[in-house]
Amino acid sequence: MGQISYEVAHLLGATMLMAGFGLLYQRRLYAVLNTFAFQALALAAAAAWQAHVQHAPHLYVTAGIALVFKGMLVPFALHWLVERLGIHRSVDTALSIGWTMIVGVVLVALSILLVLPVTANAAALTRESLAVAMSVVLLGMLMMITRRNAVTQVVGFMALENGLLLAAVSAKGMPLVVEISVAFSVLIAMTLFGIFFFRIRERFDTLDLQYLETYRGDRQ
Amino acid sequence: MLIAAPLLALPVLALFAVLARRAAWSHAVVYGGAFLAAVALLAGGLDRLGGGGPTALTLPFGLPWLHAHFRVDNLSALFLVIVNIAAAAASVFAVGYGPHLPDQRRVTPFFPLFLFGMNAVLVADDAFMFLVSWEFMSLSSWLLVLSDHTRPETRKAAMVYLTMAVFGTFCLLPAFGLLAGAGGDFTFDAMRMKELAPASAFLVVLLALLGAGSKAGLVPLHAWLPLAHPAAPSHVSALMSGVMTKVALYGLIRILFDLHGEIGWQWGAVLMVVGGVTAVLGVLYAVMQDDLKVLLAYSTVENIGVVVIGLGLALAFKAGGEPALAALALVAGLYHALNHSVFKSLLFLGAGAVMSATGERSLGALGGLLKRLPWTGATFLVGAAAISALPPLNGFVSEWLILQSLFKGPTLPHWAMKFGVPVVGALLALAAALAAACFVRAYGVAFLGRPRTAAAAEADGNAVTLGMRLSLAALAALCVWLGAAPVTMTNALSEVVRPLTGIEVPVSADLGWPWLSPAGPSSGSYSGTILVAMGLLLCGLAVMLVHRLGTRALRVSDAWDCGHAEDIPQTQYTGHSFAQPMRRAFGATVFRARESVDMPEPGDDAPARHVVSMIDPVWDGLYRSLGRLVDFLADQVNRMQFLTVRRYLLMMFATLVIWLLVVAVRQQL
Repeated sequence: MGQISYEVAHLLGATMLMAGFGLLYQRRLYAVLNTFAFQALALAAAAAWQAHVQHAPHLYVTAGIALVFKGMLVPFALHWLVERLGIHRSVDTALSIGWTMIVGVVLVALSILLVLPVTANAAALTRESLAVAMSVVLLGMLMMITRRNAVTQVVGFMALENGLLLAAVSAKGMPLVVEISVAFSVLIAMTLFGIFFFRIRERFDTLDLQYLETYRGDRQ
Repeated sequence: MLIAAPLLALPVLALFAVLARRAAWSHAVVYGGAFLAAVALLAGGLDRLGGGGPTALTLPFGLPWLHAHFRVDNLSALFLVIVNIAAAAASVFAVGYGPHLPDQRRVTPFFPLFLFGMNAVLVADDAFMFLVSWEFMSLSSWLLVLSDHTRPETRKAAMVYLTMAVFGTFCLLPAFGLLAGAGGDFTFDAMRMKELAPASAFLVVLLALLGAGSKAGLVPLHAWLPLAHPAAPSHVSALMSGVMTKVALYGLIRILFDLHGEIGWQWGAVLMVVGGVTAVLGVLYAVMQDDLKVLLAYSTVENIGVVVIGLGLALAFKAGGEPALAALALVAGLYHALNHSVFKSLLFLGAGAVMSATGERSLGALGGLLKRLPWTGATFLVGAAAISALPPLNGFVSEWLILQSLFKGPTLPHWAMKFGVPVVGALLALAAALAAACFVRAYGVAFLGRPRTAAAAEADGNAVTLGMRLSLAALAALCVWLGAAPVTMTNALSEVVRPLTGIEVPVSADLGWPWLSPAGPSSGSYSGTILVAMGLLLCGLAVMLVHRLGTRALRVSDAWDCGHAEDIPQTQYTGHSFAQPMRRAFGATVFRARESVDMPEPGDDAPARHVVSMIDPVWDGLYRSLGRLVDFLADQVNRMQFLTVRRYLLMMFATLVIWLLVVAVRQQL
């Protein structure tokens, strides 16, 4: 049991990590959204597996939230937004894809180097999951800063949040209320982002953030 | 008891001054009270100096885990004496001087607080009380500087002063933190016991030198001093210049000689060089000033330099295994600190008397005051002679002692010191000579000759009230006494330095009272007492002979007028003309002084003008470039306000990654 639970959890975490790299690799907006949905599904599966392994039924709720909100609602909403707004469907990068991947690999190495010694006394499962979760978080941040389009930034933020949730479900004894509040805050953030997309598009005819710079009044 | 009660009375006086500020008599009451408190504190200090070990007192207030510790040992007692002699004189002076101030209600409440702060620094026995009192002293004197806040230059001076005060405390705080160590026991007792690691020992000395040095006015941290001291009312200037700088030296001595364990001879060399440069630069500035109070403030810089030379020499001797010579140098330095507080207070109060009589403090507007202000003139002359180190006055004794201990420099084991000490001695001699020139100029231009302006010609002798005259006369008498009875002082001072150097130095041991013979019986000795006695005897004899032998016929005639028939005061020597040779000799290199003649165009009937341009090396070289650097950095940081959202995210991300890297690397080690 111990061995198989560890292997499956490891597999699901690694799937999320791969999905994180996938997010960085995609050049098409729809593909980015699909990859994100895939990552959220992996998260839901990981949460459900943890619920099963830890005998913690409240984690099933977490898994459900992840599945419904992040796996379906958010990607569909973003699909709809992109279609509705007629956004240009290629990803505009600030750092080339190749370099982004290299930096991503370095970040993963860093988080493994960092987490494994710190958690030397914890269970192997927790250690691996924490290292993977931290890598996912860092990859999400990397996505936020290396992509110009506002939609991809939102996706980066959501991916970061996926990493946080993975860390949360891997550690034993995380109360449900924390996950629920995180899920709701993400939903609210999503709503706000959506409204802002519309407003930005209406005013500036683009979602590329660099066009916003010229409108800033406080530049000297 | 003799110390605690008057100390606590001072804040009460300040409160009273605020409550009764409308009543005209309240100022006299407050200054009278401050005088009584100062006299009581002086008595307490003298009593403690007379004998007995340190007295300690712990009170249950202050920080929650630290009681307030107070302790009076011989060093504190000496500085209590130094502070309160001048404080008592300034209080008496202020009773008559206060009404001349533009708004004395802004001065009176803070005066007792200032005295309280300075005295509290001296009796504090833990770092917390010390720093709180230190800040108390800084802030109350800052408010006093700001009392005449309508003038823009006063506001600038106050701003510079506040900045430097903050800088000083900013340096002292980590110094005490390092002294306390990781255990965090901030009592001075714990610090004395502690052994310091080499790095923190180095940092403590450096920070103490910066922190206390900025308050004392060591070059290049002196820039605030000539701005702030003259901006305050004169009785406050007297205290700031004469006394507050000594409290700063007390802090330096307390840290370097008492709390700190072992200090290398290199620090002694650093202190001596800083002191020598401070002395020469200070007096070079002073000799060019036209404003009497600014001149006195710069001269304070010089004297602090002289004292610091003594301290540095003591450090070097102590580290070089010559405790007796260390004690001698320290006695000399402390003696000079005491003397300077007396004659600098006297001179500042004299400048205050001149201001209240004429309303002028520019040398160019004064002249011929001796006739109209005989008290002020006579006492100012004593002060000027003392600060010029003329025997038999007190300034001579201490500078002579410092020079005598400098002559012992070649006994130090290090070659750098063998050769360096005579150089510092030469700097000191140069500073002393220039100081004499400076005060010949100040006294001659202000008090002798003919009045240069109507204000000087109509100087009102009655404006110098009885209280002012008394305090001037008392200080002048003290100058004479400290010069005439040096052995009494050096014996008391050697008691003070015994715990600091581990040895008592009987400066007068070889030849006995009243001879000072620091360098052994054969190579140099001095007796102020005999000199004064012989001088009085000979003067009396001469006066008697002149009166006996001379004719009683009286003839009034014109003074010799150098061939100028017309009676124009402008034909006299002025302050500028007196300073010109020194400006040409030294200023051309140190201040890059350039003279040019500004000739009007032909046909223009404007007068031709002589223009002198000077550059302050410290202000322009150090402070302005520091300011430019800060501006530049601020500009760079300012750019960060106008980044894109993505760049901000990048910065946060980079910060996070860097810290993670730091953690990762530390784990690997």
